[in-house]
Amino acid sequence: MDFKSSETVPGPRTEDHLPHTTTAAVKIVIVGGFGVGKTTMVGSVSEIRPLTTEETMTQAGIGVDDDYGSETKTATTVAMDFGRISITDQLVLYLFGTPGQERFWFLWNGLFEGALGAVVLVDTRRLEVSFDVIGRLEERGVPFVVAVNDFPDGPRYPMDDLREALDLSEEIPMVKCDARRRASSRDVLMTLMRFLHSIAMASA
Amino acid sequence: MSPPQRRRRTPRAAPRQEKPAPPPDGGNGQVPTRDPERLYVVTGQTGDGDRAELDLVTLIVTCADAPPSAQPEQSALLRLCRAPMSVAEVSAYLHLPFSVVTVLLTELLTAELVQARAPVVRAELPDRSLLEAVMHGLQKL
Repeated sequence: MDFKSSETVPGPRTEDHLPHTTTAAVKIVIVGGFGVGKTTMVGSVSEIRPLTTEETMTQAGIGVDDDYGSETKTATTVAMDFGRISITDQLVLYLFGTPGQERFWFLWNGLFEGALGAVVLVDTRRLEVSFDVIGRLEERGVPFVVAVNDFPDGPRYPMDDLREALDLSEEIPMVKCDARRRASSRDVLMTLMRFLHSIAMASA
Repeated sequence: MSPPQRRRRTPRAAPRQEKPAPPPDGGNGQVPTRDPERLYVVTGQTGDGDRAELDLVTLIVTCADAPPSAQPEQSALLRLCRAPMSVAEVSAYLHLPFSVVTVLLTELLTAELVQARAPVVRAELPDRSLLEAVMHGLQKL
């Protein structure tokens, strides 16, 4: 890109600046398959227009698909959309919509390790794409809740059937949502926070 | 019709460490970007040098003016961070990969031109008051 003048880099709008009193940030990861509504959910609750951080990964770096002996290295750009919610004058919450494939996760240091917890966004039309994501979170011990994004043309299963199909233990909260709606997405985040709070209470 | 069926997994005995982000040159001197030469200049030639521990939500605040010797990217970064800004936002506004931003920031931190405010991470939990603050903030949405 053109970096001839730093004046040309558009920064945030003045009203999007964080106050100077902001001392700490926390993050929540929203994870799910392609097209499941992660960015929609981030956008519906974010106080700023969702932004995108990118990272490139090379075949040499992590062994993606074989390039059949091609001389040139292939590079994939992985994008992650995120938004922001100011909690207090000191604390800010960031929401990251993350691709479901684990091979992308390490591109951003501590993406899950540093997060308070995760929301697994599920589409009943393609339930199986979330299987691996949920398994990875279980293996890493990342606390998560499952939000079923309500697509009008998606098959409707009773929540108990979905819990059984996803093989979720009793304590893991499940909630239906409409990722396009701020109140609904907010409720999903509240469900996660109450779950994290109950874990904290139990271990206190 | 019944949905497809998953099988539950258990936590690994030792939580697997996140691998560090690969150096932007892929470790082999080949820069995989749309503008390879520029990123090579931006990140310097010490591809394996130590990088500051920076999270996506580490907050960066500028604490000094850009010296005349600063690269354009560094000047832009210093301008952006006059108000606190996360590393993720810096990456987004500068249109630079996260790993490149961490290299830029490492230099600026070493030169004490910026300060980093570390994020609150789960390892430091349980901090119920923090969780309650977030819940209270969400309720106001």
